[in-house]
Amino acid sequence: MPEALLSQKNKKIIKDGLWDANPVTFQILGICSSLAVTTQLKTAMIMAFGLTFVTAMSNVVISCIRNFIPPQIRIIVQLTVVSALVITIDQILKSYMYDVSKQLSVFVGLIITNCIVMGRLEAFAMGNPPWKSFLDGLGNGLGYSSVLIILGTIREIFGSGTLLGFSVVPKAFYAAGYVNNGMLVLAPGAFFLLGCIIWIQRSLSRYVEGQ
Amino acid sequence: MEHYINLAIKSIFVENILLAFFLGMCSFLACSKKVETAIGLGCAVVFVMAICTPTCWAIKNFLLKKGALAWAGLPNIDLSFLIFISFIAVIAAMTQITEMVVERFSPALYNALGIFLPLIAVNCAILGGALFMDQRNYNGPESFVYGTGSGIGWALAIISMSAIRKKLGYSNIPGPLKGLGITMLLTGLMSVGFMCFAGIRL
Repeated sequence: MPEALLSQKNKKIIKDGLWDANPVTFQILGICSSLAVTTQLKTAMIMAFGLTFVTAMSNVVISCIRNFIPPQIRIIVQLTVVSALVITIDQILKSYMYDVSKQLSVFVGLIITNCIVMGRLEAFAMGNPPWKSFLDGLGNGLGYSSVLIILGTIREIFGSGTLLGFSVVPKAFYAAGYVNNGMLVLAPGAFFLLGCIIWIQRSLSRYVEGQ
Repeated sequence: MEHYINLAIKSIFVENILLAFFLGMCSFLACSKKVETAIGLGCAVVFVMAICTPTCWAIKNFLLKKGALAWAGLPNIDLSFLIFISFIAVIAAMTQITEMVVERFSPALYNALGIFLPLIAVNCAILGGALFMDQRNYNGPESFVYGTGSGIGWALAIISMSAIRKKLGYSNIPGPLKGLGITMLLTGLMSVGFMCFAGIRL
């Protein structure tokens, strides 16, 4: 009997990506872009959307052709599929959201080498049917997105006092001597913040490395 | 000459590709547990970047840029949308060659690097270096200096991190912070240190 589209097992595939095996905090994948694009919430959201799309779609494509890929050249095949999808995203961004594509600069192109995409292709799509792979890609993409959105929100509010470009910190705060924490916009702030998020997430899910 | 030295200093210290642009974090975190592995991987990345960045520059300028195909009698063709796919193909091919060279001359290093050698192909530092070269319109020699410099900067960061982590083995760290968490915080501190280089030039 065919499995229901959203059976218990399939739901678990999505949930794994979101929490128990979150790609950023648990599998240590895709750290680069999650730090670089999160100075503002807007860029973080667009990046999150782009990556979720690429992960889910490339998982489906690779999973459909997985029985025809010779194992020796699978990395090249995977890279070709992924770069075709990334070129699509890049061209769409350039034509409809030129400012954002300028801000994201090289990081859209770097989705190609984002370890989440390659990691999921290797670990899941090469051995599972298309629908399951789609769910796995979606789950991991959303897990990555959630970390990105948390980081983006914190960094934008406390780093520059705005959210999605609107200022949210009341003028009275500045009058009383409140200063934006410029550190959060710079590179070190991103490292510290992600370190703390990982600490919190692992404390909650009771995961300890090396045990 | 001075210009190139400045560019090298800038790409190694001031705009360190790892600590300022976050590129190549995944293998940085995964391979910095042992000093020997870190040194091996660092050298491999320097080698691959030193070759890939100028190669990508040549491909962009003689094949892909708008009007670049004029020498073939096709001055109106703009293939720049193919930049991603051709750059990644160059990098993947180079990685394959590096892998063969390392396997031939240093089987010990080959075994130590294991899965991470083929993964240099998806190390974002290398593609990132090539894409920055494209975005900043470096010329031929500049792209070589920039590629080598960025590679050295990355190697410097991973080697120092592996030394710190070795020392860290004696510390009592809270359970959930072990491994990835503490490494992130340390990278943050290193990044603060490297910010001191800002503005240095000859």
